Amino acid sequence: MTNYLLEIGLEEIPAHLVTPSINQLAERMEAFLNENRLKFDKIIKFSTPRRLALIVEGLSESSEAIDEEVKGPSAKIAKDAEGNWSKAIQGFSRGQGATPDDLILKGDYYYAKKHVDGVKAEEILSKVGDEVIAKMTFSTYMKWGNNDFLFVRPIQWIVSLLEDEIVAFDLLDVTANRFSRGHRFLANVEIELKNANDYASKMPENFVLVDAEHRKAEISAQILALASENNWQVTLHKDLLEEVNNIVEYPTAFVGSFDPKYLSVPAEVLVTSMRDNQRYFEVYNQEGQLAPNFISVRNGNAEHIENVVLGNEKVLVARLEDAEFFWKEDQKLKIEDLVAKLGKVTFHAKIGSITEHMARTKLIAAKLADIAGLTDEEKVDVARSAEIYKFDLLTGMVGEFDELQGVMGEKYALLAGENANVAAAIREHYMPTSADGQLPETKVGSVLAAADKIDSVLSFFNVGLIPSGSNDPYALRRAVQGLIRIIEKMNWHFDLSLFIDQFEGQNHAEILEFVKARVQKLLLEKLDRYDIVEAAINSSNFDITNMMESAFVIDGHKLHEPFKPAIENVSRSINLVKKAADIAEINPALFEEDTEQALYDAVISLQNQWTYKPCEEKFRAIVHTLAPAIEAFFDNVMVMAEDLAVRDNRIALLSEVVALTSVMADFSLINTK
Amino acid sequence: MANKKLAFQDIILTLQGFWSKQGANLMQAYDNEVGAGTMSPYTFLRSNGPEPWGAAYVQPSRRPADGRYGENPNRLFQHHQFQVVLKPSPKNIQELYLQSLAALGIDALEHDIRFVEDNWENPSMGCAGIGWEVWIDGQECTQFTYFQQVGGIEVDSVTSEITYGLERIATVIQEVDSVYDLEWGNGVAYGDIFKEPEYEHSKFAFEESNQELLLKLFGEYEQEALDLLDKGLVHPAYDYILKSSHTFNLLDARGAVSVTERAGYMHRVRTMARKVAKTFIEERAKLGFPLLKDEALREKYLGKKGKYTKIVEGEEK
Repeated sequence: MTNYLLEIGLEEIPAHLVTPSINQLAERMEAFLNENRLKFDKIIKFSTPRRLALIVEGLSESSEAIDEEVKGPSAKIAKDAEGNWSKAIQGFSRGQGATPDDLILKGDYYYAKKHVDGVKAEEILSKVGDEVIAKMTFSTYMKWGNNDFLFVRPIQWIVSLLEDEIVAFDLLDVTANRFSRGHRFLANVEIELKNANDYASKMPENFVLVDAEHRKAEISAQILALASENNWQVTLHKDLLEEVNNIVEYPTAFVGSFDPKYLSVPAEVLVTSMRDNQRYFEVYNQEGQLAPNFISVRNGNAEHIENVVLGNEKVLVARLEDAEFFWKEDQKLKIEDLVAKLGKVTFHAKIGSITEHMARTKLIAAKLADIAGLTDEEKVDVARSAEIYKFDLLTGMVGEFDELQGVMGEKYALLAGENANVAAAIREHYMPTSADGQLPETKVGSVLAAADKIDSVLSFFNVGLIPSGSNDPYALRRAVQGLIRIIEKMNWHFDLSLFIDQFEGQNHAEILEFVKARVQKLLLEKLDRYDIVEAAINSSNFDITNMMESAFVIDGHKLHEPFKPAIENVSRSINLVKKAADIAEINPALFEEDTEQALYDAVISLQNQWTYKPCEEKFRAIVHTLAPAIEAFFDNVMVMAEDLAVRDNRIALLSEVVALTSVMADFSLINTK
Repeated sequence: MANKKLAFQDIILTLQGFWSKQGANLMQAYDNEVGAGTMSPYTFLRSNGPEPWGAAYVQPSRRPADGRYGENPNRLFQHHQFQVVLKPSPKNIQELYLQSLAALGIDALEHDIRFVEDNWENPSMGCAGIGWEVWIDGQECTQFTYFQQVGGIEVDSVTSEITYGLERIATVIQEVDSVYDLEWGNGVAYGDIFKEPEYEHSKFAFEESNQELLLKLFGEYEQEALDLLDKGLVHPAYDYILKSSHTFNLLDARGAVSVTERAGYMHRVRTMARKVAKTFIEERAKLGFPLLKDEALREKYLGKKGKYTKIVEGEEK
């Protein structure tokens, strides 16, 4: 049993690729060893910005020998007319190092038994360069020098050691050997590794904490210690910690400060500057207020750290100076002036200006406000927010920190005397900003956010800018997904098809298909019954809240006893109605059987207030009231009666049943087998 | 730092001295308004094709939208870049860069120097590269890039580009808080030279520029560039592309260009950039790539018949 060390030395890997890359390397190594039947106990991973390394522990000295059977010619052609071995068989045997008499017949084919010897671990590992490293894939590649070889960053060195022996191989212009390198500055020398087992101890001696988890724990501990020393609260943001961990090999945390005068600038701006631009951890005092300090991490030791502190403080001040400048300058601007200027800012060249987009959004928002049942006061707020909600795009702060769009809009609106609803709506209209991002909390914000998204979709589809395949440059899929989530959360019920038909424009049918596909995707993330999802999204009115709810309700009942017969009875009704050319008016006078009258009564009893009843109620009514009546009906009457008037009347009755059930889902799409 | 702190001009002299010994020819700043040293023909044009190339030069770089009326301690309408390009990229280019910092008196053990991912892209020039920003104590001081695509064309031989932000480096070296307090040389302050022009250019770019004139100029420069390209006059055509690019930047600073319109303008500049890059390679190929001395590479790129073997992508539709 031996241990094998592989270390790939690289120029600094992007922080976000370090962890995925080392995981990939380990997976590829494992697959490679398995393919070659070389047994091992486990693979230990090491990674820093400058290296990806593995130690394979407990390697066998050679791969397993195996006996295998190689398939040869079929029995039909094995012998000639005289019963002698054919040429085909002789050739095959020779190729396998056997004689025809050694072959075994299994079924219709002859097989040769073959013994494959074990291969020495050294020999297998000498292929790691081509078979493991060169096969790695990345989200971005680069080439360098005059080479065409692509990798994540240029490869500088490779260590390949089986215990104390080099397993040599070449990759591009690098020959694997036993020399690693220490920290770029603290130990800028070649580190000779006498044995693979020295790696984990020898590297930290040279200021490289190669164990990424250990390094991260070290960073966390240092930051928390500094926070506690200074009586601050600090949050170790997961993504930031991961990033910082992957830009240092030897971390030393330190504290910096800035002039408290900058605390007059909104905290969001300060935090963006510190966290996103500088990779600092912001700190809060015990009352939860942002403190004029930060914690950052140096890639090095504590020597001369005062220079590092001063330098970082200076950089931050320059950023905060800019932020303060914008904060003050922007407050001199008038919202009305900025809104007026938006007329000159294009939303899209084929569509028009942002002012026009806002005007359309305002009309849509007004209609949504009715649907959402807003109070008159709230409707005034919707209208006001729709008139101004993009103004902050022209402020200096948003020009500099575009991730603060909306956030600054709210602040400036409040300062300008807009009410809290209007201001919040300006911030919230961008929501959600990611697939499971936060949704607007206020009603006014929800209406504005939904209306803005509806207009984007209508406008882009209207001029033929329709997403296709992976091509969605205006992020309309994300917009629609956000719209669906808002509608569902707010529990708005309305027919989107009728709703968008109130507005002029092309490609409405394509829009509905586009929206339907998004609803389907959202549902399939949570439900695994494709047929139930299909049934729900093909309900007769395009009510998104109903589609979502309906799918969950049906899915929730799929295992219950009466489910199957109910669905089957409804489906049978749907199929009969589908076949009919015309649907007549129902005439109760033509009913011949009690079960016809009973089904009719059941339909009438349910019709009242049916459409917007909760899906659970609808489903229970269908299963417990409607379905038994349908079943009795089918048991007692011949739908296809001789008398055409009676037949048409029965079809008409069933079509009323279908009209009811279709509001919830197209049940004929559900698989009951 | 033990020695007297380097003045701004001493930094330039030191870098010139250092890189001229590493295979870079000292060129002079390009005499046309550009936003970055990359836009100089000594980088943009020369990084295409298989010929080796090495150059170092100071490039005053104008970024109208970054003007701050001379009031911000380190945001400038015009800053100075020290640009180094070495093609093909040497294996030890990162080491060389760190040695150049040492030559400037920046001791890595006394600072925090990091290579932070920054894949550089200049969509309006069809350029993309892989690399880093180099941070010194949290301050972005250098852009470090391995060019992968220039003018929309995948490069034959990778150029390593090092762009020092001279003002940034100088504030680290001279330990001052504001660029205006830097010593340019001979006791003259940076502010004494540049504060007034910074104010005037900011005033011009944000308040006084003539939008109608700029819009008209953009169109005319563009037309001139395209006409010159049709005539195969690469370098004059490139000058007009630079002029239209700078004109666009002025319009942008004035807030006269929306996000979506910007895409349209950038597309127009990119179309020209692609054309000029392609024409440049063709013209160099006609000359037989005179700087390409390596026989194996000559064979690879020129084949036996002495004709450039790489198919240059067609223009963007």
